[in-house]
Amino acid sequence: MEFFIISMLNGLSYGLLLFMLSSGLTLIFSMMGVLNFAHASFYMVGAYVGYTVSRLVGFWPALVIAPLVVGALGAVFERLCLRRVHKFGHVPELLITFGLSYVILELVQLIWGRIAVEFRPPELLQGPVFTLINHSAKGLSMVWGAAPAEMCSAADAAVRLVCSPFPATRGFMMLVALVMLVSVWLLLTRTRIGLVIQAALTHPEAVESLGHNVPAVFMMVFGAGAALAGLAGVIGGSTFLTEPSMAATVGSVIFVVVVVGGMGSLSGAFLASVLIGVIQTFAVAFDYSVGSLAAQMGVQLSPGAQGNTLVKLTISQVAPILPYLFLVLILIFRPKGLLGTREG
Amino acid sequence: MTKYYEFKPLNLGRWIVWSLFALILAVMPLLFTSSLSVTILSQMGIAIIACLSYNMLLGQGGMLSFGHAVYTGLGSFVAIHALNSISNGSLPLPVSLIPLVGGIAGLGFAVLFGWVTTRKSGTTFAMITLGLGELVFAMSLMIPEFFGGEGGVSSNRVIGKPFFGITFGPPLQVYYLIAVYTFLAVAAMYAFTRTPLGRMLNAVRDNPERVEFVGYNTQRVRYHAFVISGFFAGIAGGLGSLLFEIVTAEVVGAARSGAYLLFTFLGGATFFFGPILGGILMVIAFVLLSEFTKAWLLYLGLIFMFMVMYAPGGIASLIMMNLRVAAFGKLRTLWVSYLALGVTFLIVLLGAGAMIEMIYHLQLDSGSGDAVRFLGVTLHARGLNSWFGSLFVLLTGFGLFEVTRRQFKLQWGEIQTEIEKEIKRRETA
Repeated sequence: MEFFIISMLNGLSYGLLLFMLSSGLTLIFSMMGVLNFAHASFYMVGAYVGYTVSRLVGFWPALVIAPLVVGALGAVFERLCLRRVHKFGHVPELLITFGLSYVILELVQLIWGRIAVEFRPPELLQGPVFTLINHSAKGLSMVWGAAPAEMCSAADAAVRLVCSPFPATRGFMMLVALVMLVSVWLLLTRTRIGLVIQAALTHPEAVESLGHNVPAVFMMVFGAGAALAGLAGVIGGSTFLTEPSMAATVGSVIFVVVVVGGMGSLSGAFLASVLIGVIQTFAVAFDYSVGSLAAQMGVQLSPGAQGNTLVKLTISQVAPILPYLFLVLILIFRPKGLLGTREG
Repeated sequence: MTKYYEFKPLNLGRWIVWSLFALILAVMPLLFTSSLSVTILSQMGIAIIACLSYNMLLGQGGMLSFGHAVYTGLGSFVAIHALNSISNGSLPLPVSLIPLVGGIAGLGFAVLFGWVTTRKSGTTFAMITLGLGELVFAMSLMIPEFFGGEGGVSSNRVIGKPFFGITFGPPLQVYYLIAVYTFLAVAAMYAFTRTPLGRMLNAVRDNPERVEFVGYNTQRVRYHAFVISGFFAGIAGGLGSLLFEIVTAEVVGAARSGAYLLFTFLGGATFFFGPILGGILMVIAFVLLSEFTKAWLLYLGLIFMFMVMYAPGGIASLIMMNLRVAAFGKLRTLWVSYLALGVTFLIVLLGAGAMIEMIYHLQLDSGSGDAVRFLGVTLHARGLNSWFGSLFVLLTGFGLFEVTRRQFKLQWGEIQTEIEKEIKRRETA
């Protein structure tokens, strides 16, 4: 039971991190029609800038400064490069962000080196946020913070006792993602600027003729999307590893999320991120394979079949390809995505 | 706008161009005889086929694929397994047909995967191909029986008795095999652009809605083109496994797919010969540029972004634009500007290059002192003078470049309007 809860929470926190990234991507896509290939690169820049700033002035200021820096970079890129190719169509827009992802990767390696940097979360977030204690006699209980050692070691050998801590960084990740989700939603639906953004999404000419500066709105949205990626980078980088390959590992998964959720649908992106986060986390934890399942069900396999790699592959080994399999299945059975409204 | 020079009954221009192409393929290894250059030429032939097959999607079909290495790579793997089967006697096939095995494998996988990917077009297509590429790459580490795990699959192309003295042992013989395949594949792909399917593919790229109204199924047109492209990609992969005699998992990786995209675009996706230039550039960049500087990927990315912004038709379109200017006899007035642009750009490159090289030096091998050799000048990566000097060169160069660029833009615009006028005048005359 405690395994299920902890895995579920881990999966949810990973899914929410994915959502922090995919929300920015979706916002940019639905507003400007630009698929930002370099979105994961902004995530990586956020992590590295956060690392440097946190060494200078500490983690908490870095949590604010790094997204601002990344957002400014994104806005500058939109102003100088993306706007220039906007008139050529969507494919050149995608291509220029593709080129940017190469340049950012090389620049990051140039400045911070090719190996992982040690980006540690602050003192406050290093321990567990709570610990689940499963006592075979007293049942399941929960302690805030780390559990004292004597509670985790049973005096009596007959009692089975398991302590499962839940790391504070992951709890913090969920908190930030939820706060961000709510504030983006409020900003889009309840404020004047949000209304202008929503209107510019569908009727840019009309909004422009009402006296709003639509290119400036685009620049702001692109910057904001990049800043969200930067925020995710500071949190993701301190929880996981801050290394040059972090953009590539997350990048393809968030594209899967955006397609699975339905292009341009924010709620679809939310659903898909959480689903993929949970599926991937659970898959890593299971060590079953076709062979071991057959053995449990009492099916005797021939020695040749037992030696087959496909039979020996465990679910945890298959975990990296699950998001892509999910993508293929969605495309076959529901081509417009989970909550998408348009095909194409 | 384009004018074809066709002479009947014999299309002379075409015969000249294709004979010239065959001649170049035949003569190149006689001019560059060292074993390194023969290998480079062989790789160029393979890259030309791969980039042209990619351009069938990007340039002709408007399909931006991020997973083209899947088809070249899987073609390579099937080809090398076929080669191993030939050597242990279970497959009666001459070695020279191995690339076709790769091609059929590429076709088969394109039939399978293309059915999913071509259901969509535009950006969604791009993302699905990216996902499928990642899927195949992740699988390659999971199934060591087929993909050979970390070490890859190796083989030996010298099998059986010599056939008229051809054993495929010497690299030159392999080069000529590749050259024959390159010629045939390029000719076949050019022929494809002239078929009804090729023409419909262009129509699907330009106006899919209208194509649907005319009564064609755009999805099926894309699918057929995708399958054919997969076939030629597989041929390139099969040739690659013959050349290197080893195939590792990186041939299906995202980096390889990205390289096809980058160089096809740099060469020029809007003209048939663009990807040929792209393929040649790709090998030059991978083999020579990576030796010359460690920062080559950075330069490559910057050049790519620059091209997307200022010359979206690639190098081929630059050549064609200047040919048009030359055809109207106006190139003479431009060469001073070209010279100025070139010189100022070199100055920018000099300043930026010096700084990039110094940073790389500090990052990668600062243990060996702070002296950096850059184009015959010794720079000191920790000295203020070198940094200040490079920055000064960079800024000066950039300022001058911007001035000449604006001048050139005006001049170019004038010439273009003159040419338009001239064309109008000839039409009315």
